[in-house]
Amino acid sequence: MVKSRIKLFLSMIMAFSLLLVVACSNENTDSDADSNGLEEGESNTVEPEEGTEDATTLSLWTFVAYHQDHFEYMVERWNEENPNEQIKLEMTNYPFEEMHNKLLIALQSGVGAPDFANIEIKQWSKFLQGSEEDISLEPLNDMVEPILDNAVEARFTNYSKDGNYYGIPTQVAATVMYYNKEMMNEAEVDPMSIETWDDFVEAGLKVKDATGKPMTTVESADTWTFWPIISQRGSDLIDEAGNVIVDNEINTETLQFLSDMVHEHEIAIPAPGGNHSAEEFFGFFSDGGAASVMMPAWYMSRFRDYMPDMAGNIEIAPMPAWEKGGARSAGMGGTGTALTNQSEHKDLAKRFLEYAKLSEEGSIALWTILGSEPPRWDVWDKPEMSEDNEFTELFGNDIFEKLSTIRDDINPINITDDSSRAIDLVSNQLLYNVIREGQDVEEGIKKVADEIRDSQ
Amino acid sequence: MKTLTKELPATSRKQKLKKLLFSPKLAPYTFVLPFILAFVIFFVYPIISTITMSFQNINIATSEYVGLENYSKLDNPKFYAALSNSARFTFWTIVILIPFPLITAVFLNSKLTYLKNLFKSALFLPALTSVVVGGIIFRIIFSDMEEGFLNSLIMSIGIPAQEWKMQSNTAMLLMVLLASWRWMGVNILYFLAGLQSIPKEIYESAEIDGANAFQKFIKITLPFLKPVSIYVLTVTIYSGFSMFTESYVFWRNGSPNDIGLTIVGYLFDEGFSYGNLGMGSAIGMTLLAIVLIVNLIQLKFFGLFRKED
Repeated sequence: MVKSRIKLFLSMIMAFSLLLVVACSNENTDSDADSNGLEEGESNTVEPEEGTEDATTLSLWTFVAYHQDHFEYMVERWNEENPNEQIKLEMTNYPFEEMHNKLLIALQSGVGAPDFANIEIKQWSKFLQGSEEDISLEPLNDMVEPILDNAVEARFTNYSKDGNYYGIPTQVAATVMYYNKEMMNEAEVDPMSIETWDDFVEAGLKVKDATGKPMTTVESADTWTFWPIISQRGSDLIDEAGNVIVDNEINTETLQFLSDMVHEHEIAIPAPGGNHSAEEFFGFFSDGGAASVMMPAWYMSRFRDYMPDMAGNIEIAPMPAWEKGGARSAGMGGTGTALTNQSEHKDLAKRFLEYAKLSEEGSIALWTILGSEPPRWDVWDKPEMSEDNEFTELFGNDIFEKLSTIRDDINPINITDDSSRAIDLVSNQLLYNVIREGQDVEEGIKKVADEIRDSQ
Repeated sequence: MKTLTKELPATSRKQKLKKLLFSPKLAPYTFVLPFILAFVIFFVYPIISTITMSFQNINIATSEYVGLENYSKLDNPKFYAALSNSARFTFWTIVILIPFPLITAVFLNSKLTYLKNLFKSALFLPALTSVVVGGIIFRIIFSDMEEGFLNSLIMSIGIPAQEWKMQSNTAMLLMVLLASWRWMGVNILYFLAGLQSIPKEIYESAEIDGANAFQKFIKITLPFLKPVSIYVLTVTIYSGFSMFTESYVFWRNGSPNDIGLTIVGYLFDEGFSYGNLGMGSAIGMTLLAIVLIVNLIQLKFFGLFRKED
């Protein structure tokens, strides 16, 4: 009797450990990081040239390796200008998921976090969960507030909670339309003449007649088409108070419009590969598969990296407005740099962060080194901003002139505890079913909104 | 410390130490201590802490007990979708990953097969390859575009191009194929080891009695392979239910309509993507319970708990 019990117990322990072995072997999966430059997990240290002994070591975690280029440049300039306060910056790049998970665990356990971390916008909600004592990031109000009037405020609001600013944005991430010049010429439509979404549909019909190709693509597995339009119209997935508003009137109307573009006017198709960052899409678009794609300004680097054949053939234009005179852009995506409360040199770290990302030089470097639009718009008309670089080669030298017209159109987006879930459900259920499978808009949007509410 | 050593005669101290080291009562514990420590730190502690976490709502600095709330939240369509996907995935991997490796192993063990070692290593190679790398190759092969490798093949024989990663049935096919490709070699290895332990004499005497190859396979090979088969089945059930990678390499940000969502994928979403570690723990515990029950039934069914004679 006892023996058989022991046997059963032993076999259960064996079963347990087997499960763990299997579970462990399933780890180590991600590799989402851009491969530019650094290998994953490899550190890159920028050391001051002399006087290394007095240098203070600060650390930074990133998930996109080339974000380090900007910090590297700025730390070198800092060390030149501040011989008495040398900084040694240790930068480590991890794959996307791994970095955010590692950081969350380091903050939860109270040890092992870096001084700075670049956190992607959709991941921010994880770090701003709970009450103020739960937030293990340092409020950066004293450096943000002075420049707020000269910057796209919405981008700072994204990384804030209860009036505290925890992250310094890397880009405005203004959503724009990228038109294929050749195809638009063939249809004899001037992209800059498209002012509203109605104009866009009209132009789309012309493009379809002339080229036989769709005017644009709609993401059916991600939110880069749906979200910018609702944000442009002042709506969101979740409101400021944290209520789920996925199924409000504006959103329903917008989704109906997208659905009509695909199913009724037939001027748009679901993006091949499901989203605009899929390998399938890059091939499709650079072969002239569609006449336009709507994505944030950071998508310029995707043209540089994945669709270089399109150089000179792309015209950037503001998003069409919902009604004449309406907002013509939306800030979508982005990365905010945070300072963790485990930093041992908070004062120096803060001053360096301010210098690197909020000073005039730092803001200009965000464009010249990184190709992202600095949140401080008071530097946009500086001569450095229209100098030739790899992006002006692709898109012309008047990028900031165009962006200046839409800088006030950018609304903040609300990121709360439920954001990740809402984004996932909208992408993988709602948009998939409505855009691809032709589901009824009202029915679908209600169902998904209720599901998000149920999980709250 | 110094005063202590002076007070004690050196010899008696040495003797005491010697006695302690050579004590037959203590020695075994010393030898198993490293294992026990590793087991307690890396297995028992995480399991216990997972159990407590599954009853908590966890924030970065604080956590509070919420009773069974995490478990009651499991009653949602997403979890059922995950459960159903994992169960179907497990079913198909069992259907493929037991008979095929078994038969392949029999062929590889046969004297009549040429280039045995080449095939052995070729079939084992996928197990050594990173599944992420394998997954990228699979993604390219099963590209949704008409120019994709497999789509251009099937179009040449008149089947319309498929969007492999977007449809429920093809999604399951992709995951099962990737898993089969990955684990085939490992299972062949298990069966080969089992085959080599079957005494040759039995086959010889069967030949004298006039048994043909098929009869030998059914009456000798299969019964002797039973323990190995049960082991492989158990492992396959575990890995089937806890599958994550195969789904993750195809759909990073989640699959349309949850066609590729597995239980561990759901755990990952809740625990890490949504920062809801308490809920993630509850899913983990539920997974553990499911797998334990399924396997205990299976082991009972195959008579593993019967008294050995």
